[in-house]
Amino acid sequence: MAHKILIVDDEPNIVISLEFLMKKEGFEVAVANDGEEALAKVASFNPDLMLLDVMMPKKSGFEVCEALRADPGRSGLQIVMLTAKGRDTEVAKGLALGADAYVTKPFSTKDLVAKVKEMLAR
Amino acid sequence: MLSPGFVLFLSAAYLGLLFAVARFGDARADAGKSIISANVYALSLAVYCTSWTFYGSVGRATSGGLSFLTIYIGPTLMLLCVGVIIKMIRISKAQRVTSIADFIASRYGKSQLLAGLVTVIAVIGVVPYIALQLKAVSASLQTLFQTSGGEFLPGMIDSTFIIAALLALFTILFGTRHLDATERHEGMVAAIAFESVVKLAAFLAVGVFVTYGMFGGLSDLFQRAAAAPELARLLQMDSSRAGTWTALILLSGLAIIFLPRQFQIIVVENVDEAHLKRAVWLFPLYLVAINIFVLPLALGGLLHFQGQDFNPDTFVLTLPLARGAESLALLVFIGGLSAATGMVIVETIALSTMVCNDLVMPWLLRARWLGVGERKDLSGVLLGIRRAAIILILLLGYIYFRAAGEAYALVGIGLISFAAVAQFAPAMFGGMYWKQGTRAGAVAGLLGGFAVWTYTLLLPSFAKSGWIANGFVEQGLWGIHALKAQALFGLSGLDEISHSLWWSLLANIGLYVLVSLYSKPDAVEAGQAERFVDIFRHGARDTDARLWRGTASVDELVSLLERFLGPFRARQQLAAYAAAQGTSDWHALPADAGFVRFAEAQLSGAIGSASARVMVASVAREEDLGLEEVLDILDEATQVRAYSRELESKSRELEAATADLRQANERLRELDRMKDDFISTVTHELRTPLTSIRALSEMLHDDPKMDLVDRKRFLGIIVNEAERLTRLINQILDMAKLESGRAEWTTAEVDLGEVARETMESLGQLFREKGVTLEGEIPEKGPVVLADRDRLTQVMINLLSNAVKFVPGETGLVQVRVMANASEVRVEVADNGPGLTVEECNVIFEKFRQGGNTMTNKPQGTGLGLPISRQIVEYFGGNLWVESRPGAGAKFIFTVPLPASEE
Amino acid sequence: MKRANPMRQRLAALGLLGVPLLTYPLLSLPQGEIAGIPAPYLYLFGMWILLIVLAAVVAERRGK
Repeated sequence: MAHKILIVDDEPNIVISLEFLMKKEGFEVAVANDGEEALAKVASFNPDLMLLDVMMPKKSGFEVCEALRADPGRSGLQIVMLTAKGRDTEVAKGLALGADAYVTKPFSTKDLVAKVKEMLAR
Repeated sequence: MLSPGFVLFLSAAYLGLLFAVARFGDARADAGKSIISANVYALSLAVYCTSWTFYGSVGRATSGGLSFLTIYIGPTLMLLCVGVIIKMIRISKAQRVTSIADFIASRYGKSQLLAGLVTVIAVIGVVPYIALQLKAVSASLQTLFQTSGGEFLPGMIDSTFIIAALLALFTILFGTRHLDATERHEGMVAAIAFESVVKLAAFLAVGVFVTYGMFGGLSDLFQRAAAAPELARLLQMDSSRAGTWTALILLSGLAIIFLPRQFQIIVVENVDEAHLKRAVWLFPLYLVAINIFVLPLALGGLLHFQGQDFNPDTFVLTLPLARGAESLALLVFIGGLSAATGMVIVETIALSTMVCNDLVMPWLLRARWLGVGERKDLSGVLLGIRRAAIILILLLGYIYFRAAGEAYALVGIGLISFAAVAQFAPAMFGGMYWKQGTRAGAVAGLLGGFAVWTYTLLLPSFAKSGWIANGFVEQGLWGIHALKAQALFGLSGLDEISHSLWWSLLANIGLYVLVSLYSKPDAVEAGQAERFVDIFRHGARDTDARLWRGTASVDELVSLLERFLGPFRARQQLAAYAAAQGTSDWHALPADAGFVRFAEAQLSGAIGSASARVMVASVAREEDLGLEEVLDILDEATQVRAYSRELESKSRELEAATADLRQANERLRELDRMKDDFISTVTHELRTPLTSIRALSEMLHDDPKMDLVDRKRFLGIIVNEAERLTRLINQILDMAKLESGRAEWTTAEVDLGEVARETMESLGQLFREKGVTLEGEIPEKGPVVLADRDRLTQVMINLLSNAVKFVPGETGLVQVRVMANASEVRVEVADNGPGLTVEECNVIFEKFRQGGNTMTNKPQGTGLGLPISRQIVEYFGGNLWVESRPGAGAKFIFTVPLPASEE
Repeated sequence: MKRANPMRQRLAALGLLGVPLLTYPLLSLPQGEIAGIPAPYLYLFGMWILLIVLAAVVAERRGK
């Protein structure tokens, strides 16, 4: 059975590219455009991994991550934070909040795919 | 009928009444209920008005017109310098000063020499003045008896002697009750105040009697005098005597505080500084009252006794007697007696204190052969000396009176006395306000001034009386004209008093200042100078304590106190001191600097500061603080004060500077944070389109067999994002230029209506695509402003593309209006979009704060359009703002001012 | 301790004012007579009393 991946970003073009990329690798993909929608999709779609943008309307990626990590039932969910703000403090903050990996935009598609696969193989 | 016996009996009875008043005053003082009020204090100052005033003023007025008033105007002006007098009082209380000699001696290092010198000057200057009072009493008695045809006391000692003896008795009883003179003589003060009332009442009575009884009132009297040629000149001022007038005001102004009796009353007998506030006007008022009838009395006497040889000094008696008003004459006599006795009593007390403390005691203490140093209780001896001094002074006065008789030396003594005590002025004032004044300077000044006074005033008065040859007055000493006693160095044209005052004060001040500048004070002197001059600052005794170093034993000091104060009073004072220190038992007191000072102060009150210094030094092993050390300590005290003031102001400055720095730092940090945020935001904004471009192009690159539809779609996105990136970079650069002020502007006449129309046209396609209606309400010939056409176009494009972004498709409506008033052009771009909250209305003008956060789809803007537009509009002096409510659309408005008309 | 006692300063100012008012050359100004009373007599006593009244006002106003 294919792994399920949730893509969360407010930039439509980024969503398009990520969605295409992940589907091509054979993952089952769902999309959310903001933080609140992301939490709802986690509940309904029950993904194995989520690609989570930080700067989003309504709820930021940090808030979503924090909320998910507070839920013991979701401990298996892997979270990859995506951010355009490459500052070290942002990376540290994301990891401290319980993200499993941190990817800075713009990213290499090959590296991202490799990282996702590696994480799901664990 | 006035019989001598009756008059003498009346005098004795009056003195008896004074005894009663004084006893009452003392009793009340002992009971702690002082009767010395501000009014009593002010009235007691009127001891200034002696019989010289009471009888002599009328006499002076008969020859000098109004010039007698100077003697009373001077004190009026002097008293207004309350600050000086309060300083004298403060110093005297702090230093236990009991006389003017003590004051000066204490200031200049507790010098016995200086104390003795001042005492000698005072005695020589003032004893003849006492004699004058006795003469006045005698003359008034004689006048009473002559006119009434009575006989002089037959074959017995004369009445003046009896009066003098009674006065001595009175003075002894009320002036030497205690030893500590700072305990004051409240009974005596009360009696003096009482006498002041009596003499004023008597003088006013005779004034009214003569003016309104014998003549038809003031104007009648003046009219009749004006009619008499020899009297008319008394009514007008004589400006040729202007110098004398001013000199006498100065002289009397000094006399009011430096005459020993005045110093006694004003300073030593002062109970409460606040009393001065009353005295400052009540005493001058008294002077006005007692002088108002002087000139009328003088004129009345001259008119009434025209051609007859009556002594003008006795007009106050002879005028009522001439009308047979014997009881009024008696009242006047009692008034004159009051004036004379008041002066004699206070002056004698003051002088006897000085003689005892400053002449006799130092000599006694030094004369070991007398064994005084070993005597157990000396308080009795001290009192004895004072009493003897009182008797001696009065006796001297009586002898002088008898010897001088009608001689000029007695008649003119009033002002001569004043001139003698005026010699104290430089040392006193200098001592109070000039720390540099030294003992050597004071001694030199006093000696010089006194010598000049003696030569130019006292000796000539002897010569006029025929007691000594008058060659030095007529031809000058040894025939040298420059040394003529009353035209020294050819200075003529002045009256003798002004002449003497001028030369003596010149010598006095000159020597005092010069010698002071060229001599060094010793340690004690420097300390005292500091305490006197800075009396208002030395509230605390800290400096005092540091200025004394040594060892002393309480027992020895106590036995010293007991010897001079008597055991009873000594123990009383000790108990009071112990209580003030917070102990109940004085035996437990440490023999520290404070105790030594207390003991010395107590002794000062009894035997004067100079003797007290000697006595304390004899029992305490004092380390001799060198002058350098004392000056160091005093300097230190001054410096510490100066430093602390400086430090205070420095720390205030520092605080202010720190606050400034903190503020600047805060601003810098804020700017830094903003810059940081800006860079971070810019990075984010740049990376976002880059992310799509990179991801999509990588995928296209990696998958050559990608579906054509996808391929086209992705390439479209890449092109769009690349455009977005370009736009963004341009705007960031634009913004940076605008903000740094490096933007290039062209300024020309711009028709704003045309700009609006052109922009609408160029964006028309965009509107049509989305199905949004664009309406314009623009004047045909639009308003012209001075601006950069391209920049204004940029603003219009910004506003219109923003509007089209937010209005809904098909139903969207955007309206553009351009209008102008007298001063500016106003451009409105209104849409029917979702509107903005109040908070958003402000936020959208910040960089990278795009509107539409509530929308699911992020608008494709850079977040820099509005900030840039605002910068542009503000550059041309206009404003850009938005008026909106959620759900009611938004209206962006900007204004550009019209150029000032050229008319 | 008050460094600059306003009452004392006002009184001293009055004293200073009194010096020119009660000395020459101002004193030679009043001449002749007013209502039968010599002008110098009126002037001297008038000024003198004025000074005293002013002093009383200054001294007593803050007294209580």
